[in-house]
Amino acid sequence: MQTPPPGMALVQTVDVLSPLGNNPTLFGRTAAANALSDVYAMGGIPWSAMNIVSYPASTLPLDVLVEILNGGNEALAQAGAVLAGGHTLEDEQIKYGLSVTGIVDPARIASNSGLVPGDVLILTKPLGTGVLATAIKAGWPGAEETERELYRWTTRLNANAGQVLRDMGLRAATDVTGFGLGGHALEMARGSAVSVELDSTALPFMDNVEDFAGDGLIPAGTYANRRHCACHTTVLDGVDELRSTLAFDAQTSGGLLLAVPAARSEEALERLRTLGEPGWIVGRVHPLRSPAEQLIIA
Amino acid sequence: MQTIDTRGLSCPQPVLMVHPHLDADEALDVLVDSEASRENVSRAAAKRGWTVTPCECDGHVRLELRKNGVR
Repeated sequence: MQTPPPGMALVQTVDVLSPLGNNPTLFGRTAAANALSDVYAMGGIPWSAMNIVSYPASTLPLDVLVEILNGGNEALAQAGAVLAGGHTLEDEQIKYGLSVTGIVDPARIASNSGLVPGDVLILTKPLGTGVLATAIKAGWPGAEETERELYRWTTRLNANAGQVLRDMGLRAATDVTGFGLGGHALEMARGSAVSVELDSTALPFMDNVEDFAGDGLIPAGTYANRRHCACHTTVLDGVDELRSTLAFDAQTSGGLLLAVPAARSEEALERLRTLGEPGWIVGRVHPLRSPAEQLIIA
Repeated sequence: MQTIDTRGLSCPQPVLMVHPHLDADEALDVLVDSEASRENVSRAAAKRGWTVTPCECDGHVRLELRKNGVR
């Protein structure tokens, strides 16, 4: 095993998921991509990881567990991280996650409290994993296509977005997960003592998400996120209600939300494009307004 | 008129129970006891042309689904 380069600091993170969709390998990949994401959001590079698994070995064949772990290993290999071990316990429920250790230049750590008025917010994956997972659970028509679209995004590493963050020396970022875009944007706004405005018309969604959401396939967690943020959120008149609710859709292995000085936003989008990574400008940062306007949905 | 009781169920169950009735020509009452069920059932019904009126009673909500020309 290699020694980390001198002068680098360690960042550590842990994230564990319940099964998502019906494909063990792609669930494993998703869980690893999700756990690695925190390291990328801090400006780090994944170095090593430990598996954390619970599995009903007495009722399910071990092949499924092997497939889950293989999926995780694939994602780790792609990230260039070494699997150092792990721990498995017998339980009624399948759960899989990882603790990931990354290395980061301590002078260039990005945090979720570094927003500055004038920053533009760039999101690197579309929204909607909560809605798509609910549609799969409901057995809604088109399940196969829905699962493909879900995994297409959840198994995708945030490595390229992390590289842009490091190469541009960005100081504020987060990964979008369970609290949804709105929840994580509000967390950043509060940590940075600023207000964040999200442009509901600019939010990117995965295929069929708005259609399924209109059919009532929005998970309870999404409504809980919206309620949890309500006293610090102002939704402007005329904003589409469905879109403003979907801003809080609970994400699994969502994209990075990068804060970029406005003058460098085109550069950031160009760098993402060059690496084959999508990017959407979804909001901007303002000086702090009232406590009820720390998150503004326009 | 039918009443569908979704109390105690978590999403997406309430929507799945109501959905087969949304294309029928019969007014419907749906009992819900969570924010998610209430909003999801209301969205699904509104999308198929129903007017939804929520009535709060005894710790739950009755969603009255009505449509012109439907009894």
